[in-house]
Amino acid sequence: MPTDVAITAAKRPAQPPAPAEGTIPEFEIRPRRGWVPIDFKELFHYRELLYFLIWRDVKVRYKQTLLGFAWAILQPLVTMVIATAVFGGLAGFSGRMSEELIARHVPYNLFVYAGLLPWMLFSVGISTGGTSLMNQQNLLTKVYFPRLFVPASVIGTALVDTAISFGVFFILMAFAHVAPPWTVVFVPLLLLLTTLATMGIAFVLSSLTVTYRDFRFILPFMMQCWMFLSPVYYPLTVKKAWEQALVQANPLYGLIEAFRSCLLGQHWKWKSLSISVLEIAVLLLVGLYYFKRTERRFADIA
Amino acid sequence: MPAAITIDGIGKCYQLVLRAQRYHMLRDVLMAAITAPFRRIAGLHGYGPAEGKFWALRDVSFEVQRGEVIGIIGRNGAGKSTLLKILSRIVEPTEGRARMKGRVASLLEVGTGFHPELTGRENIYLKGAILGMHKEEIDRKFDEIVAFAETEKFLDTPVKHYSSGMYVRLAFAVAAHLEPEILIVDEVLAVGDTEFQKKCLGRIQQVAQGDGRTVLLVSHNMGAVRQLCDRAAYLRDGKLVSVGPAAEVVAEYLNSALETAQDNLLSRPRFVTLAPAIAGFSCRPAGGAAHVASGAAVTFQLDLHVTEPIRNAAVSIMFNSDQGYRVLGLSSRCETGLLTLAPGQQTILCHVDALPLAAGRYIVDLEIFSAERVADYIEHATAIDVVFGDFFGNAQTLLPLEGPILARSRWDFQCGPV
Repeated sequence: MPTDVAITAAKRPAQPPAPAEGTIPEFEIRPRRGWVPIDFKELFHYRELLYFLIWRDVKVRYKQTLLGFAWAILQPLVTMVIATAVFGGLAGFSGRMSEELIARHVPYNLFVYAGLLPWMLFSVGISTGGTSLMNQQNLLTKVYFPRLFVPASVIGTALVDTAISFGVFFILMAFAHVAPPWTVVFVPLLLLLTTLATMGIAFVLSSLTVTYRDFRFILPFMMQCWMFLSPVYYPLTVKKAWEQALVQANPLYGLIEAFRSCLLGQHWKWKSLSISVLEIAVLLLVGLYYFKRTERRFADIA
Repeated sequence: MPAAITIDGIGKCYQLVLRAQRYHMLRDVLMAAITAPFRRIAGLHGYGPAEGKFWALRDVSFEVQRGEVIGIIGRNGAGKSTLLKILSRIVEPTEGRARMKGRVASLLEVGTGFHPELTGRENIYLKGAILGMHKEEIDRKFDEIVAFAETEKFLDTPVKHYSSGMYVRLAFAVAAHLEPEILIVDEVLAVGDTEFQKKCLGRIQQVAQGDGRTVLLVSHNMGAVRQLCDRAAYLRDGKLVSVGPAAEVVAEYLNSALETAQDNLLSRPRFVTLAPAIAGFSCRPAGGAAHVASGAAVTFQLDLHVTEPIRNAAVSIMFNSDQGYRVLGLSSRCETGLLTLAPGQQTILCHVDALPLAAGRYIVDLEIFSAERVADYIEHATAIDVVFGDFFGNAQTLLPLEGPILARSRWDFQCGPV
């Protein structure tokens, strides 16, 4: 029917040439069961979003505060001062550091700070990452983007703070006349491990918190217990034997000790570090598995 | 032309967790309290008793061609937004499948992704990234976005200081300058001033016709759907009623209100309602006439079933043209002030001496306002046909193009009528 064709053509004069088949991505929407594999291609496509989300949180965090960015420096510093006074001074743990650290003239505050570096990343990352999906529910129910980036980006923000803390740490070292050993080059690797451990746990917790808001209240207690089980403020030797076993089972134990090895020259505890690496691998896999399994429900229940 | 979107038997089911039975004894209360977390966990995983399943969408199938603008219409709660959310991959369907050819960008809510503390410039980049744009793509489009949003002067002001109009303009501008093959838009035309709405419509038209991209759009503005869309899909109670040329489907949708006029209105779905109370509506032309006529006296009757007293209440009857525009409202607030509606069966009569509506079909919305909140609201409760009547007393009336509202006026020609 030529007339029909003419009318259609008149209504749509400029029909652009169809892009070559194959350049247009094609996908199918259907109900899925069980575990959904991670779409790495998509994560890569959205990589700039991860950067922008971190950038947003860093930028917004200290808005409307008097001290502004100084808080990023003050938080670990004040924690260190309090911990050094309470545990190093009052409890007298400063004399119970290992012989090698005392021999290297490492003051107790540096000992604490070296442990705080991974601990703050871990605890801040989990506290903020664990509630991140719940806090971003507005985004979850209105836009599609890789959900993994929600907890991942707040952990990224914590990582930015950690980088600043490192700067402060090296200044403190200079004041204390303690030179870092050459093994300091392994710091990025250890930070990566800490980040992965944080992510594994935050993935599970963020998903749980969306469904069961109870976890919002459980989280602070969990982190308190975890802190007591991590040798941040105390050397392991102050604990009883059975307590030491418990602390050593903590995936953070090997990490914290490794940070002290590469920053302060303490001997490397390879066995503990290997256990930690294994535990972190398990945590990360479980975290990813649980997250990807529950991800599709987020928008329905957020 | 190849189909850009193929929707095949899509359905979405929600589990409703209904309120458990009344507790009778303390023992029951305690037992219920102890077992509650377990029941809740079981319920969330779908193992518990299926207390209520609600199909927000079921058996919806249609195709959308590349370069087509398709409007999704239907009452509130018909499943329009659910469909858009499924196609945007925000929620997963319970059954069925859909094939999408091309990148999808959706604008389901205008301000999503904006951070109030960040400036306009920063938010453009953030929102662009959330929508899946790359930085260089946003760089390239930046000036165009700013020009479209008309916010040049306030680019470095945090958006929390923006007026709501500016906010909406900027948000729409970012999404409208994406270059996806498929654009999904939910009721953005309801916000912003008329001037900007026109601009949005123009942009959507350009996206589809100029660039050959596919647009899916939900709107309650039937005029816009008719003007903008090639085709429309009409959803009712989660089911697809019809798909076809926009004008036909819009007419079918608006007419369908009439078919259900005899319904018990209490069973109608409601969405912004605190306490459903409106049970029936009818209109009675004065003197037992068969039709409602322009200029004739008419009595509207509202039957209410009030369960709890509604204080500071006002009742409104609102008329929309068959294009979907609100044209006339009658409110008890303006005549009697605020009243309290006592519990029980109530009948409210509203008398109009001379109905100022031109001949045509009008869709009626009913509303009870209570203390400045909506107590009950039924959209498109029914439709009434107004026939020609002698409003002016001289057998004259307005032409359809001149508008639907009739009013008496006095004319004074200084030069004298010819």
